[in-house]
Amino acid sequence: MSTATNPPAESFRLSQLIYDTRYRSITIQVVAFILILAGLFFLGTNIVRNLSELGKDFNFGFLSSRAGYDINQRLIEYSNDSTHGRAALVGILNTLLVAFLGCILATILGVIAGVLRLSKNWIVGRLMTVYVEGFRNIPLLLWIILIFAVMTEATPQPRDFRGDEPEASMIVFDSIAVTNRGIYIPSVQFNNVIGGAESGSLLNWLVLIALVIGSVIAIRKINASATAKQEATGIRPTTWYINLGIFFVPLIAALVLMGAHLNYPELRGFNFAGGTHLRNSLIALWFALSLYTGAFIAEIVRAGIMAVSKGQTEAAFALGLRPNRTMNLVILPQAMRVIIPPLISQYLNLTKNSSLAIAVGYMDVRSTLGGITINQTGRELEGMLLLGLFYLVTSLVISGAMNIYNNSVKLKER
Amino acid sequence: MTNTPSFVRTQMLDPKDPPLGEKGALKWMRENLFSGWLNSILTIVSLLVIYLVLSSLLPWMLGGIWNAESLSECREIRDELYGHGREVACWAVIVDRWHQLLFGFYPSELYWRPILALILFGAAIAPILFDSAPRKLLIVTAIMPFAAYWLLWGGTIWGPLVTALGFVIGWAVLTYGAPTLGALGATIGAIVVPLLYWLFVAGPLSGALGSILPIGIEAVPSDRFGGFMLAIVIGVAGIVMSLPLGILLALGRQSDLFIINKCSVIFIEVIRGVPLIVWLFTASLLLNYFLPPGTNFDLMLRVIIMVTLFSSAYIAEVVRGGLAALPRGQYEGADSLGLDYWQSMQLIILPQALKISIPGIVSTFIGLFKDTTLVVFIGLLDPIGLSNAIRADTAWNGIYWELFIFIGLCFFLFCFSMSRYSQWLERKLNTGHR
Repeated sequence: MSTATNPPAESFRLSQLIYDTRYRSITIQVVAFILILAGLFFLGTNIVRNLSELGKDFNFGFLSSRAGYDINQRLIEYSNDSTHGRAALVGILNTLLVAFLGCILATILGVIAGVLRLSKNWIVGRLMTVYVEGFRNIPLLLWIILIFAVMTEATPQPRDFRGDEPEASMIVFDSIAVTNRGIYIPSVQFNNVIGGAESGSLLNWLVLIALVIGSVIAIRKINASATAKQEATGIRPTTWYINLGIFFVPLIAALVLMGAHLNYPELRGFNFAGGTHLRNSLIALWFALSLYTGAFIAEIVRAGIMAVSKGQTEAAFALGLRPNRTMNLVILPQAMRVIIPPLISQYLNLTKNSSLAIAVGYMDVRSTLGGITINQTGRELEGMLLLGLFYLVTSLVISGAMNIYNNSVKLKER
Repeated sequence: MTNTPSFVRTQMLDPKDPPLGEKGALKWMRENLFSGWLNSILTIVSLLVIYLVLSSLLPWMLGGIWNAESLSECREIRDELYGHGREVACWAVIVDRWHQLLFGFYPSELYWRPILALILFGAAIAPILFDSAPRKLLIVTAIMPFAAYWLLWGGTIWGPLVTALGFVIGWAVLTYGAPTLGALGATIGAIVVPLLYWLFVAGPLSGALGSILPIGIEAVPSDRFGGFMLAIVIGVAGIVMSLPLGILLALGRQSDLFIINKCSVIFIEVIRGVPLIVWLFTASLLLNYFLPPGTNFDLMLRVIIMVTLFSSAYIAEVVRGGLAALPRGQYEGADSLGLDYWQSMQLIILPQALKISIPGIVSTFIGLFKDTTLVVFIGLLDPIGLSNAIRADTAWNGIYWELFIFIGLCFFLFCFSMSRYSQWLERKLNTGHR
């Protein structure tokens, strides 16, 4: 019978810090931490020394001082007496506006192009390939400048619309004017503004949006109850006229009550007045961003649809589902799982690419906060920091939302 | 059987041709273009679109005027040739200014230097891109960065040579130091010794050598660089440096070491969350705040550094996707063989992970190359900046399609060939996993 001798008690030697894998990771991290701290300290002292040498301090007080510059496109009240902070807010809203419009148009273009690229039709497939490859392989900046140049140089001036036999005329029943200063479209105005004339028509729009959302919810409720009845009795009650009524009757009633009417653009003096003025800068940026991102989305959609194996379609047909039910119930839910994450990251790219607004003079947040404000106040450090933070927060919010969605549609595996 | 009934055929007939509609071009057209009413409409609409575009574009392009001094002269020639009222392209602007679009303000008698650098670059990447290229070209690959720097910027030959010597020193420490210092000591030495050498020895050494043996070619400052040469220099430098950095960041993000992991995550997310243009403005406006007072270095170098950091964050995410896609068994297999971290990464994990991520890496490179156009906003003269300058010239004021078509075509050629290469590589490396 052998007795097990205890192993000799280990004494800690300094070399274990390097050669023993139990301690090595700690050593590496401590060294890395010290190096990073040293680097940060180096940068920090440099900033302090440079600032004191330039006689500057680090504060955000400039945000509440008078801006003194005009912004040609604004979604909220702003004049050159407003503060720099307000100017930054106007810029942020402009960035979000073009990003929002761009995401919608890019999705539409991308889905159409992606589906058409898979079509059996040879010519259509080739045409879409030309579109996708053309836009993916040429810099976005070139597209923005090109579209802007076309819009300003190939469209008529406002004065061409004048006279008995004008060189140019308005399109779509004399309601839209395409000029080299931008596109004028009719705007909706209200005779009865909720909360008095000075509050603007914001409240009216909010009421309308609330009505639309309310009717959509009601329609979904009705459809759900119809489905329940169908499952219980086998007969689906007819609901389409109720749905139409619920959607349109309150909306039209509200519009009539508010006295909504269209305000058409008219040629007055040397320019058009009335209606909504879409500036060339906005339109060029919007179209270029949408066309460019649309090409990427087309590839994503195509890859997503191709990622669903053919067996799924065949199995659905074997179950007796019709082609459109197959698409809705079998193919799309699986393709969406592949499509959505890269789609969202394209939305993010589009939002970041909207900072190319600088090429056409669109007043986004980079041009107001990161451009004119910095130039006027000389606060590069603070301004760039805020600008970076805005983009960072936006993209973190979007990618956070994407992670939540990803987790909700993830295949539940054991 | 001897007496076959006479109504039975004794010979086979030749097969009949398929009906006209079931063969050749007609069948192809019916199946691919007119297989249903929707397809027929789509076909007709696309034919119409193609006709409209080509009928307005082709006469404009083919009738273009190639020899003129200015836009007004172009228009005079046009009116002489075609009479009034027809628009044609004025390619003369490209003939007149192509050297600017390609080289910027690089001295014209020295154009051979960037061209030679480009040829060298082609020879240097051939062994990396194609297995069939001779292996000896790898020597060119090693020399290439220093040779290209010397050719493009010129000046004394000692600067690049002395810098290259640092790498040789590192390599020497690694190979000859290992028996005496141990593997770990040699690795640390191979990092520290060259760093010290570059910081303290390299400058005076190249100065001294330069004063003893002044060998050099005419120096060209960075602000003379422009056009596609600038785009290619920034793009290639960014691509070459961002790949290793991006792989390191991806490994850091996958690492179990808490501090290294968190630092990589923060770096990647911050860089990716902010648009490149903001980073470029940071490089041009703010970098002076972060450096010791009095230091000032070349704007182009700053841009290259920024572009490298920017695309390395994107590469890191792509490579991370490749690392995550590898089956867990590969990691465990490497561990069970007793390989340490770097060995398992080098021999087992990275070769497979990089293979998976090739499409993503190449599309990041394409994006980087396209993004080099943004440097126009901080005052570097890339092709778009030069096109603005040309359009501001009185001779060519008012021209835009021709310039943009030329620039767009050049970019398209570069980016499209990169994406075709990546597809080819993907097919070649697809050894039948999954």
